[in-house]
Amino acid sequence: MIKIWSIKKDSSSAEKKKSKISAAQIRVQKDLTELALPDTMQMSFPDESDLLNFNLSITPDEGFYRGGVFKFTFNINNNYPHDPPKVRCTQKIYHPNIDLEGNVCLNILREDWKPVLNLNSVLVGLQYLFLEPNPEDPLNKEAAEEMRNNRKNFEYNVKQSMRGKDVKGVYFENVLS
Amino acid sequence: MAATRMQTDVPTPQDSPDFSKKDWPGRWSHINKILDRRGPFCDKSFSPGHGEDILLNQCRVLVIGAGGLGCEILKNLALSGFKDIEVIDMDTIDVSNLNRQFLFRPSDVGSPKAKVAAEFIMKRVASVKDKDDDYYLGFHLIICGLDSVEARRWINATLVNIAQDDPEKIRVLIDGGTEGFKGQARVIIPTVTSCYECSLDMLNKQTAFPICTIANTPRLPEHCIEWASVIQWPKEREDEKMDTDDPTHIQWLYEIALKRAMEFNITGVTYSLTQGVVKNIIPAFASTNAIISAACCNEAFKIVTTSQPYLNNYMMYMGNEGLYTYTFEHQKKDDCPVCGNQNAFLEVDKDITVQDFIELLKEKPDIQLKKPSLTTDTNEKIYWQSPPLFEQRTRPNLEKRLSELVKDGYNIIVTDTTLPISLNITVSYI
Repeated sequence: MIKIWSIKKDSSSAEKKKSKISAAQIRVQKDLTELALPDTMQMSFPDESDLLNFNLSITPDEGFYRGGVFKFTFNINNNYPHDPPKVRCTQKIYHPNIDLEGNVCLNILREDWKPVLNLNSVLVGLQYLFLEPNPEDPLNKEAAEEMRNNRKNFEYNVKQSMRGKDVKGVYFENVLS
Repeated sequence: MAATRMQTDVPTPQDSPDFSKKDWPGRWSHINKILDRRGPFCDKSFSPGHGEDILLNQCRVLVIGAGGLGCEILKNLALSGFKDIEVIDMDTIDVSNLNRQFLFRPSDVGSPKAKVAAEFIMKRVASVKDKDDDYYLGFHLIICGLDSVEARRWINATLVNIAQDDPEKIRVLIDGGTEGFKGQARVIIPTVTSCYECSLDMLNKQTAFPICTIANTPRLPEHCIEWASVIQWPKEREDEKMDTDDPTHIQWLYEIALKRAMEFNITGVTYSLTQGVVKNIIPAFASTNAIISAACCNEAFKIVTTSQPYLNNYMMYMGNEGLYTYTFEHQKKDDCPVCGNQNAFLEVDKDITVQDFIELLKEKPDIQLKKPSLTTDTNEKIYWQSPPLFEQRTRPNLEKRLSELVKDGYNIIVTDTTLPISLNITVSYI
């Protein structure tokens, strides 16, 4: 029978001990501990020992959504980073790229996800959605149309929605802190 | 999960009485032609004339997966003389398996694959076990014919972890995989060659459609099905978890998708397409499975008998555009979270505080970290630099003695921007 270990002796023979923490966990630890969170983002962990499920709130300091607090949940499965994190907005908000159920249209969360991306890329991507909503790739079609055709009106609608008022009969959640 | 041990020299009921004895003359002559004499490429540890003994009496092989690849692998191993084979599979047999998973018959539908496969090749049945490290160490070789990335990552990480304890515990993993007309076979020698995790970024992305396309501008039947499963399911059946193996769930998705397809004048939404899209099924070809399984079993034979050089370490087969195969040495990745972890031993003063320990990690010339975050190997945070929440939570630990949080001889997992992935430090106190 082949003696595989004879190959091994030539390379490092340092004795090693290894923990049983999964690769996904270690990767999440790396991502989290290297996050450079700007003041506009806050994370919270319902169960602090569970790094795979957490909440994020974004408080944009410029743009249409300035002054609001927008809340998201992150769900990471054990197949991370092969699978992207699942991100949902927990509030009903008026945004061209977020639908009323909280689905988020961000390319790197689905079709353009790659294992080399990390949590920081996703956070930056989410933040960017609030600074520069993208009406060309809409999830909330009405909001996108409004933004394309009448920016003033769109801005007004955003402000209304953020106060918890209605936009064309649809009531939104008050997100002003 | 069912695990089943089989002994392939036990006669099958179909065998004629003459063959019901353990062996018959010349049964292994085809193998002995290779194993009874030296060849120019034999490993230096090869000794002629013992091959049959190695295969029949010594080698224990574990086969993980008894599906399309698994059936082929079991058949090949058994016919190549491997006697002691154990098979694990978590699945039960589905009607759609019968076309290519030839160890199963219509009457087996619903039974555990491992059990039926092993019974077919004739064996005794072991009980279902929870596998610990010793279980895997009981085999010389592990062959995987799996269909899921997740299961592969798991077995790969398990074998690499075991091997990292002690080079004597290296167990070779042969991994086969197919996707339609494409496939690959590879030999993974944990800690020596690249591992499965090292090649994770080579995988094809699962087809995912932009959610805005699904929501607003569906053009394909797949878009409608994704709409049903990604958007409508959470909306209408919020509290229920979708089970893609539950036919009533697939039926529901199919009906929703069909309605949507009619709205947008899209044709092609069928029940089986729905099932295919939500379960991410790629049609399997018996022929591709046969080619890849054969490659895996040849490697197993060569590794075990040392009669020929084995695959180093990755063979890809592409049959979808003409026919092309390519063999190359896939490189180990420094930042592989499974095998790329660096390891270090550190002797420190038993009274050292966490703060001073962190300073030490920054200053020590052979480590030189910038902003290390530390976790115990039982996943308790010692000190984290970020996010702010955990920095605050763990800050009080800085004043504590390290020995209060980590026992002598235990590991600390360190992440830092300067590290490709992480560093395991085993501490001992002096």
